[in-house]
Amino acid sequence: MATLDSKTPAGPLKDKWTNHKNNIDLVNPANKRLIDVIVVGTGLAGGSAAATLAELGYNVKAFCFQDSPRRAHSIAAQGGINAAKNYQGDGDSTYRLFYDTVKGGDYRSREANVYRLAEVSANIIDQCVAQGVPFARDYGGLLDNRSFGGVLVSRTFYAKGQTGQQLLLGAYSAMNRQIGRGKIQMYNRHEMLDVVIVDGKARGIIARNLVTGEIERHSAHAVVLGTGGYGNVFFLSTNAMGSNVTAAWKAHKRGAYFANPCYTQIHPTCIPVSGDHQSKLTLMSESLRNDGRIWVPKNMEDVMAIREGRLKPTEIAEENRDYYLERRYPAFGNLVPRDVASRAAKERCDAGYGVNATGEAVYLDFASAIQRYGKEQAHIKGLNEDDAALVKELGQEVVRAKYGNLFQMYEKIVDQNPYETPMMIYPAVHYTMGGIWVDYNLMTTVPGLYAIGEANFSDHGANRLGASALMQGLADGYFVLPYTIGDYLSNDIRTGKISTDTPEFDEAEKAVKEKIDFFINNNGTKSVDYFHKRLGKVMWNKVGMSRNAKGLEEAMAEIKQIREEFWKDVRVPGSADEYNEELAKAGRVADFLELGELFAKDALHRNESCGGHFREESVEQDGEQKGEAKRNDADFAYVAAWEYKGEPGDAVLHKEELEFKDIELKQRSYK
Amino acid sequence: MNLTLKIWRQKNASDKGKMVDYKINDVSPDMSFLEMLDVLNTELIEKGDDPVAFDHDCREGICGMCSLYINGEAHGPDRGITTCQLHMRKFKDGDTIYIEPFRAKAFPVIKDLVVDRSSFDRVQHAGGFISVNTSGNTQDANAIPINKHDADASFDAATCIGCGACVASCKNSSAMLFVSAKVSQFALLPQGQVEATDRVLNMVKQMDEEGFGNCTNTGACEVECPKGISLENIARMNREFLNASLKG
Amino acid sequence: MSGFLKSSIGRKIAMALSALFLMIFLLQHFAINITSVFSESLFNELSHFMGTNPVVQFALQPILIFGVIFHFVMGFVLEIKNKGARNVKYVKNHGAANSSWMSRNMIWSGLVILAFIVLHFIDFWFPEINHKYIEFLPEDPNRYYHEVVEKFHSPIRVGAYVVAFVLLAMHLLHGFSSAFQSVGANNKYTRGLKGFGKAYAILIPLGFIFIALFHHINGH
Repeated sequence: MATLDSKTPAGPLKDKWTNHKNNIDLVNPANKRLIDVIVVGTGLAGGSAAATLAELGYNVKAFCFQDSPRRAHSIAAQGGINAAKNYQGDGDSTYRLFYDTVKGGDYRSREANVYRLAEVSANIIDQCVAQGVPFARDYGGLLDNRSFGGVLVSRTFYAKGQTGQQLLLGAYSAMNRQIGRGKIQMYNRHEMLDVVIVDGKARGIIARNLVTGEIERHSAHAVVLGTGGYGNVFFLSTNAMGSNVTAAWKAHKRGAYFANPCYTQIHPTCIPVSGDHQSKLTLMSESLRNDGRIWVPKNMEDVMAIREGRLKPTEIAEENRDYYLERRYPAFGNLVPRDVASRAAKERCDAGYGVNATGEAVYLDFASAIQRYGKEQAHIKGLNEDDAALVKELGQEVVRAKYGNLFQMYEKIVDQNPYETPMMIYPAVHYTMGGIWVDYNLMTTVPGLYAIGEANFSDHGANRLGASALMQGLADGYFVLPYTIGDYLSNDIRTGKISTDTPEFDEAEKAVKEKIDFFINNNGTKSVDYFHKRLGKVMWNKVGMSRNAKGLEEAMAEIKQIREEFWKDVRVPGSADEYNEELAKAGRVADFLELGELFAKDALHRNESCGGHFREESVEQDGEQKGEAKRNDADFAYVAAWEYKGEPGDAVLHKEELEFKDIELKQRSYK
Repeated sequence: MNLTLKIWRQKNASDKGKMVDYKINDVSPDMSFLEMLDVLNTELIEKGDDPVAFDHDCREGICGMCSLYINGEAHGPDRGITTCQLHMRKFKDGDTIYIEPFRAKAFPVIKDLVVDRSSFDRVQHAGGFISVNTSGNTQDANAIPINKHDADASFDAATCIGCGACVASCKNSSAMLFVSAKVSQFALLPQGQVEATDRVLNMVKQMDEEGFGNCTNTGACEVECPKGISLENIARMNREFLNASLKG
Repeated sequence: MSGFLKSSIGRKIAMALSALFLMIFLLQHFAINITSVFSESLFNELSHFMGTNPVVQFALQPILIFGVIFHFVMGFVLEIKNKGARNVKYVKNHGAANSSWMSRNMIWSGLVILAFIVLHFIDFWFPEINHKYIEFLPEDPNRYYHEVVEKFHSPIRVGAYVVAFVLLAMHLLHGFSSAFQSVGANNKYTRGLKGFGKAYAILIPLGFIFIALFHHINGH
């Protein structure tokens, strides 16, 4: 077992990034014109990186599988983006944002990366405002902030519930400017199917034109992957339908280590599954937990009556309700972190108290909030506080002003009015903290191959704080990668154009074509989705919110089994040289079927509970915290980076030990 | 419920294309429209037929990838939503549903219901940005206070998801709502003023070159827009264009 | 400015400005015609003035004719271009779901109005021109009222007149506020303007119809 070098610069934490920038090599402007960079993915990370690299003078080729860079899934982020601006004067600072992020990540992230993230966070806001991103403002015309995810300061900048959209459109507009200038060549509806390694360095990619089916070779001096997370390995997640692991997985198979694949964030407030036809899950902003109370019935008779439609939730008396988060975590109540809230919902539903037909839903109830706000408003307006109808009306108005768009979205999907009856929610896979291992320069273990944004593993440890994903994507793309990549590219100023007419490109293209031909000619009997759904069920049941050794071993075997069946029996209609979504899906699911096994293997090896990874074997045995997650710093304070060895199950573990020089490690407690 | 679907099938851009009938049974009212098509496609694949190609991605109404002209309306009969947010409970047992691609010369069909909307991207390349480099020493975000009313109006314009429903619904296939949303977002902000003249002239020029029709103020775009982008933006763009033309 | 008139928005603005001009003309036309209902002498006086004043005859009249021709030629040009922007039609299109009939059929209401204008020229304007400038018949300042009453004697003419003005009302119901939208008017007065536009669109054509019926019924 080898140890990985993160190439973290020496010196005090707060000076590392500045010193590093001062010491790395630069490429002079005339030479940048001679250098090509490929950026795969055009979300916040890829889009911002492509734009910035082009501004610097590099020739950028950007790829996305969607029909426009603007549609990358960063667009769906709702809540906001953190930045240590301290505009509210509530004591926020770079250090506090750094500290909250490391603690929130349950001490499984790399200290120096997180500090750098906190350091550049303020620049992101300046940059975005200059680009014309319309953040929310107060009446004085200054930027507004909200508090998010149980931290003690208000540092989240937002644009209603569409912050991701606005930030992505900002990055997209920066890209547009460079596309117009000819510095970015944009390849829409293209999917990367392999990385090409020449003399040990990433020198290009093989991509498929999704419209014509043509297989294309693209060369460059460096390749950047901003291809997002792999939550769709669960089939059902809040990710977009097209979100996939293929680019990252191909990189892994070409030598990039895959770090901490088991760290998955399961978001507690999603709309429950309604049936087998379900294709994806919809998230509702976490902010709902500020006012909603989560409960299930106390008595099994009531649960049964509700499922059979004989009883309405509003008819259950207060004393017959189990507000289980308030019961178990009196200090934080309904505002416990995402992972804790999710597991508690699962615990109740596993015990049989789920409130919908599938048994996988709990109530999120706004009745108390409506009462509270209504009374407050009646008091302020000097109206009768005992008039129940009036109080309800006034209270609903307040709730509508705060959450109106979310309530409307819920009603559209579920067809129930959440002002009158409690919402039903259930946790869903949302974000993957794990990803391709990168060093401090965001370079993978393959020289010249970089990974940024959700595609890498670096900043969130075992759990990501709310409003930090957008921050990391843009930090990597705007402010980190464009500098660090120069250090590597400074050696390439005399290399000249990389030829695509080499045996390495031949080999990679041949492998890609063979696989496509295999799918087209396989003539199986089952659709791609059939296998994807089966994989998702195994992942969710055995590698989901709560994991144990037995389940994980079974999962590894079952996934391997599904993979074998997939290769035998998958049916891909149509041909290779046309628009063929099933063919694209088949390639993606093939990769998920391999990743899934590594995911389970990683979860199995990490016999501790940390952040989003909960092992039933690693819980507090007694005291106030009995039954809660127990981290094991003595044995597991490292990054697990896996090296591909032919079969996912044979992957070899490499460790990057995590050192915390500026932070004291503590167990989390929300009691 | 059981439905009859009349779906536009077209092998590729050069194929002529035609409507084809399909029967689909046991559709749950809780399904989204696209999930209903997923079920149809699974049936088609298992029968050995070619599944219906349609664009989709986020399935929560924000990416703007899904389209479809359903029973004569962009994104179907409901308001304020995209096709992925349309649920089958909006239909009745026995209904016949027409499903066609968004139609415009500037949106050529790629296959079946998938159209090429890169004309929208090209309009944005022509001026849909503020020219500011990433430097890390841009002026502080709070250096210029922006009146909340303008900031909110700018945000409302910026919520456009670029789906193309405005073009599809417009009897003239005009892209004015889309283009005006982008022009307005920047026109309402102080940062956008410096390039305002060139921006509107360049974007309108590109819009015209792409072959979109002209606006005749029917207002269909505003009604069908999943994000409720207002016609006021078009008036603002007309004004901006007039000012810019007089200046330039 | 030639670039301006080639651009989609430039054409729209030109269309709107010509429309606003024509609406002002229509108001003026109505104001004179309505006097025929209550004062034969005032109507004759105004008609004589309009028919013989050199500024009206040789400056305003050509501008008006140019305005009319420009408006409908541009209308056709835009219609052809707009039709061409959708090369494959929808099999099923539910236009009524999102827009008014008037707004979608400006070309048809416009064509009916154009046909009416042609008739109006043949019926009124050509004889007038003939009277004044070709045959140089002597001017009788009191001939106008009787000519009008005489014209509205024919039920066919009155019928055509009513149909044309109903279509004009429909054209204006969309056209009035549309013209303001096209020139970019959008402020606190917009709502009031829309209300005014509706009133204008209905009352002015109704007024013309009233005049026609009034003379038809009382003219015997």
